[in-house]
Amino acid sequence: MGVYETQGFKMDNSGKRVVVDPICRIEGHLRVEVNLDKDNVIRNAVSTGTMWRGLEVILKGRDPRDAWAFTERICGVCTGTHALTSVRAVEDALAIKIPENANTIRNLMQLNLQVHDHLVHFYHLHALDWVDVVSALKADVKRTSELAQSISNWPLSSPGYFRDLQNRLKKFVESGQLGPFSNAYWGNPAYKLPPEANLMAVAHYLEALDFQKEIVKIHTIFGGKNPHPNWLVGGVPCAINLNEVGAVGAINMERLNLVKSIIDRSKEFVEQVYIPDLLAIASFYKGWLHGGGLSSQAVMSYGDFPERANDHSTANLLLPRGAIINGKLDKIHEVDLKDPEQIQEFVTHSWYKYADESKGLHPFDGVTEPNYKPEGPNFKGTRTKIENLDESAKYSWIKAPRWRGHAVEVGPLSRMVLGYVQPKQFPFIKETIDAVLKKLDVPVTALFSTLGRTAARGIECLYCADLQVKQFDKLIANIKAGDSSTANVEKWDPATWPKEAKGAGFTEAPRGALGHWIKIKDGKIDNYQCVVPTTWNGSPRDTKGQIGAYEASLMNTPLAKADEPLEILRTIHSFDPCLACSTHVMSPDGQEMSSVKIR
Amino acid sequence: MDELRCEVLVLGIGNLLWADEGFGVRCVEKLAAEWQVPAGVTVMDGGTQGLYLLPYVQGAKRLIVFDAIDYGLPPGTMKRVEGDEVPRFMGAKKMSLHQTGFQEVIAAADLTGQLPEKLLLIGVQPEELEDYGGSLRDVVKARLDDAVAAAVAALRDWGFAVEARESKVGAGDTALGMSAYEAGRPSAEAASRIGDSRVLGCVG
Repeated sequence: MGVYETQGFKMDNSGKRVVVDPICRIEGHLRVEVNLDKDNVIRNAVSTGTMWRGLEVILKGRDPRDAWAFTERICGVCTGTHALTSVRAVEDALAIKIPENANTIRNLMQLNLQVHDHLVHFYHLHALDWVDVVSALKADVKRTSELAQSISNWPLSSPGYFRDLQNRLKKFVESGQLGPFSNAYWGNPAYKLPPEANLMAVAHYLEALDFQKEIVKIHTIFGGKNPHPNWLVGGVPCAINLNEVGAVGAINMERLNLVKSIIDRSKEFVEQVYIPDLLAIASFYKGWLHGGGLSSQAVMSYGDFPERANDHSTANLLLPRGAIINGKLDKIHEVDLKDPEQIQEFVTHSWYKYADESKGLHPFDGVTEPNYKPEGPNFKGTRTKIENLDESAKYSWIKAPRWRGHAVEVGPLSRMVLGYVQPKQFPFIKETIDAVLKKLDVPVTALFSTLGRTAARGIECLYCADLQVKQFDKLIANIKAGDSSTANVEKWDPATWPKEAKGAGFTEAPRGALGHWIKIKDGKIDNYQCVVPTTWNGSPRDTKGQIGAYEASLMNTPLAKADEPLEILRTIHSFDPCLACSTHVMSPDGQEMSSVKIR
Repeated sequence: MDELRCEVLVLGIGNLLWADEGFGVRCVEKLAAEWQVPAGVTVMDGGTQGLYLLPYVQGAKRLIVFDAIDYGLPPGTMKRVEGDEVPRFMGAKKMSLHQTGFQEVIAAADLTGQLPEKLLLIGVQPEELEDYGGSLRDVVKARLDDAVAAAVAALRDWGFAVEARESKVGAGDTALGMSAYEAGRPSAEAASRIGDSRVLGCVG
């Protein structure tokens, strides 16, 4: 596969190869290799990830009612999302209906996680791809204050506030302990913000870190404990008793009032800080619209937030479900997790073995048999030390999931695109996106970019913050109408279950479509498969040579400096990648550094 | 409501699905089961929550962390590290691309001016990490008592009355408790538990 075309991209691996590994500033493991042409434009992209270990290796033979607790431990950030997906899969298999309150409380917890995760992602994990922290030290605090006041009514905006912050930052940078700010390419010409915008963004980064305190309390209230909330097959594990006094036991009015105040403050923070920052930053980068990848042609979402309990049909979901393929934005395909023809995983370029690798397998029939053989004519290195991968052979631990054979992008941008093209069902999404486009004075096609993906996350955060308010009101109305039920335990006893059953659970995790597939036999788990968002987006090539979303997003992006691949980090980070299950113990000698090799 | 504030936060971190990575979590499980701590002391299973633990760290006056740490010592060696030395040893937990190492949590607490006054890390050198679904190895499991005792001693030093419970109480999620977790593990054949080498961990 020297030069070939796929999905509208011309893949050419003849130019110099740049390896970025690991592709992260402060976190785990994903490796990207690209080929650059003579103008430092990416003409071939290869992304490879650490192993996704099928959960069946841990869950087989265990109690289905406990699966959520194990899935919560897969990963530190998707915790609640995995748990929710897991209980939904078991409930689907056993046809268990949950009470309205349980559905609403689950929605609130998932919405809360969405808002929280998007905020943390933007400020902590992604902003520094756009914001130059070191440049913030040069900012004029008075002008920073004027800038902040011009974009929002947020009260923390005085020159004194920014001066204190700048001093704190200076001290921190001078101490040499850069912490979250280490391993970045400060001063790179791809940074476009003036020092004042940089300082304002750093201030809000710190405020967002502090704001987390409020947000996590909601999970404690509904989940009983944190940071690993409890979940329950059949409902939620918290009882409701509005008349109870004090902070122990059941959820009472005092606890609900606290939830309400946190929800209101979250919305305020998103409206007054996150969105204005996003717009301010985007206004300096609107000339840099690379990184769209598959988003203009193939996106998919399972949808989430059922308005009424137990109705998982597309029309009842408050976050859109559907698939768009071949760039036909006016045709939304119905997505069904249980249709064996729709979701299939291929391993042609993944280090696994199938009996027939020309075909994909639906997760119900999923097989995870490792077959680690780094090879191919362009492979360089050894089994334990890879210098160059060869994408014509197997090259990743990530499988290649496809929807009806198509590589698709999942995540906030996909969901917002699906919402945008259905204005009747999702007027909020359509109106908010139009307002953002108008404010930035860019055409709708600007959405299909790294910047668009980052903006879509913010827009979705606002949408979810707003939905939280509505779901909370619904919960209160239902309780006041006399329904305090939170769990259905009719089928708790395995003796009531069929001998064999199978089901699928879905959510939209902050970073994209998450599915769990369970097979139950004699009351125990017989098979359990997860397809996580990063498997979709980080997918390697498939049998037809189709590239995955990360790979596509890097295509045709010019690098300002070949030895400082800031643009690659920016684009990959815009997906909020998550490769759980990778474990590394650090030596006391130091920080793991991102290495860039050019060959 | 200030469940986020406490005098001492005793935090166990790591991923219990990855053999000795679970050391920190097992320490707090044991501490909570066998010792009665006074009000003001919070014992928490932090798992791999990374940055999401920041509010708890910011809210604590003193912090004790249990973790598996690569000290470059023989497996099963326990070592205490205090104060400024702690962040240097804590770059370890990077369980996924977006998950922040605990080192970053400490840096973020510092940057926001809310670093606990005292930091104590009680770590053990792991023997095996690359065993998904496995439990603590014997040499590491053998350090649980010492590690918990070290935390109890530190708490008493700081003036907190920690008392042994007369009988153990259950801790954590029962299905994930160490004995249920170990007993329920599927056999290697049933789970196709082979070929665990991972390419990206090996790239130099």
